[in-house]
Amino acid sequence: MSEPASAEKIQEKAQEKVPVTVLTGYLGAGKTTLLNRILSEPHGKKYAVIVNEFGEIGIDNDLVVGADEEVFEMNNGCICCTVRGDLVRILDGLMRRKGKFDAIIVETTGLADPAPVAQTFFIDENVGRKTRLDAVVTVADAKWLNDRLKDAPEAKNQIAFADVILINKTDLVSADELADVEARIRGINPYAKVHKTQRAQIPLNEVLGRNAFDLDRILDLEPEFLEGDGHDHDHDHHHDHDHHHGHDHDHGHKTAHSHGGLKHYHDEDMQSISLKTDKPLDPDKFFPWVQDLVQKEGPNILRCKGILAFKNDDERFVFQGVHMILDGDHQRPWAKDEKRQSRAVFIGRNLPGKKITEGFESCIA
Amino acid sequence: MTDTRSETVSVVERTRPVAAGGAIVAAHFLGRMAVFVLAEEAMVLAAPRGEPKKVAVHGGAILSTAVGESLIVSGGDDGKVVETDVSGESRTLATDAKRRWIDHVALGPDGAVAWSAGKTAVVQGKDLRQLEAPSNVGGLAFLPKGFRLAIAHYNGATLWFPNAAGATPEKLEWKGSHLGATASPDGRFLVTTMQEPMLHGWRLVDRQHMRMSGYAARVKSFGWTAGGDFLATSGATQLILWPFQAKDGPMGKQPRVLAPSEHRIEVVACHPKQDIVAAGYGDGLVLLVRIGDGAEILAKKPGDAPVTALAWSADGLLLAWGTESGEAGIVDLA
Repeated sequence: MSEPASAEKIQEKAQEKVPVTVLTGYLGAGKTTLLNRILSEPHGKKYAVIVNEFGEIGIDNDLVVGADEEVFEMNNGCICCTVRGDLVRILDGLMRRKGKFDAIIVETTGLADPAPVAQTFFIDENVGRKTRLDAVVTVADAKWLNDRLKDAPEAKNQIAFADVILINKTDLVSADELADVEARIRGINPYAKVHKTQRAQIPLNEVLGRNAFDLDRILDLEPEFLEGDGHDHDHDHHHDHDHHHGHDHDHGHKTAHSHGGLKHYHDEDMQSISLKTDKPLDPDKFFPWVQDLVQKEGPNILRCKGILAFKNDDERFVFQGVHMILDGDHQRPWAKDEKRQSRAVFIGRNLPGKKITEGFESCIA
Repeated sequence: MTDTRSETVSVVERTRPVAAGGAIVAAHFLGRMAVFVLAEEAMVLAAPRGEPKKVAVHGGAILSTAVGESLIVSGGDDGKVVETDVSGESRTLATDAKRRWIDHVALGPDGAVAWSAGKTAVVQGKDLRQLEAPSNVGGLAFLPKGFRLAIAHYNGATLWFPNAAGATPEKLEWKGSHLGATASPDGRFLVTTMQEPMLHGWRLVDRQHMRMSGYAARVKSFGWTAGGDFLATSGATQLILWPFQAKDGPMGKQPRVLAPSEHRIEVVACHPKQDIVAAGYGDGLVLLVRIGDGAEILAKKPGDAPVTALAWSADGLLLAWGTESGEAGIVDLA
């Protein structure tokens, strides 16, 4: 083989980033059950596991590292800009052993805020160069989640922040109670993939390898619907509908399962704001607006995502963010038959919905 | 800018390549023996002549190393502190009771060894002393005078006299996460690297603060030039040298900026006798840079991986370099 080719190959290999999955969930929801399930399935993969050092339940794995969840503020004048100092240290050490594992799983304590974990991947260059955040997976207790949403802000953060949510221990609640929990979750975060489980039984590809933070994988911003009612189906949401709270979701699904009768809740303090326009946006208006928005509302914005159509621009622009950190890029050319529509969603606490909607509309070219 | 370096004077042909067989995280010299520290388990000892010798040192990742006159001390994720001598013999100095990772090690006067595991800092001198830092320890450095250890952590650093039983360790405060520490050779200044791309310094006599910023990335490598006039640092696409000759160090002064490139400097090593700094770049380039006039000598051409390790022999005649992809070499300047 010629020398340049092999050099290229080495370069390519160096650029392979190790995926990191973050498992959150309130105390007793079943995080460790899910973790042990992931580790014990016959997938032939090796995981390095980072657990809270005060955790009590045994984890059967070769590479287990104890973390102590140190949240450090950054010196950049932004109070919501925090990183997990212990993760910076541990991931740096773990990456010295890359090749010994295929992926990393971080199990947080029940009281942990997922934001500093996620922000570590964006802020620490060393971490970002060698690893990538795959998804935040939250395990919720079907019986107790509603209570926790009332008395534990951490539990609500974990739901709002999640890319994948497991409503676990469904065997302990009635069908009505389960429907209620689902609706509560949807009221906070309509965009996460939600699965109903018992003893955290779930196909691993539903929680691992999600690429939820990969700009290239922002495909659509349709609200997700409940899955895992005993049958697994990956349905495409190629229908066009608006997600207005209060109306019934009983309209022509390709996959033809009905969401009729699903209750809707507005959470008192955590909302998602969905924005949409068919008119092209002016990038010279949009970027200053969104920067200003995250500067002012950053502490309250947990996650945001968007697909944008700019005027005189034949490429889709995608962005995502965590609190004040924004990450965005051109993704690919708009397809010929694709509707050039801009969509964005902000999930957060006490967000000024009207102001955000008006601000977004003022960015129309 | 790198392209114009085809004209640069080169010592590349004086290089003896060393097959290290794994990613290199540090290099040291024990006399004329170069020691390449691998990311996992082993060190490779290479004399200017003769076959390199690979010795197993840890049961996992090697997280930190420090070099003395005749020994290298290392900390690993196996919870062990190990010393290795020039023959490749190694000996376990300590094992953390809970098998926690040994994140940092440092060598002090009279063979004293310091290490840290999580929040715990330990000094093994005549006796074993232990101190709990307020957060995970980010870095350790002995001060050149007295038996005193600087411990970098969140929101500052702690200065600790391990032998002064009962004395309260002195706290130096500055908001943020401090990840590495070094004391100036005259003992007047303590400098830490931070989670942000900047350094922080304290003049110890009056705790005056010094902020040294402007970097593109976190500063991961630093060293004092011969005589201690400058602190050479990685983290920018130029070699940044902070002046420490004056009474007030770099306060209110601009750093000396040399050897610009498109790629960032990943590691620096100061010549032990002359005002020369070896700088290793992200593209694999190694330059020897003379501080006085900025003259450059090419020591390694760009390659396929970032330079991760540089070391000078004590006589300043040998330079060892290593890369993330496991390439290594010894340049003989004699």
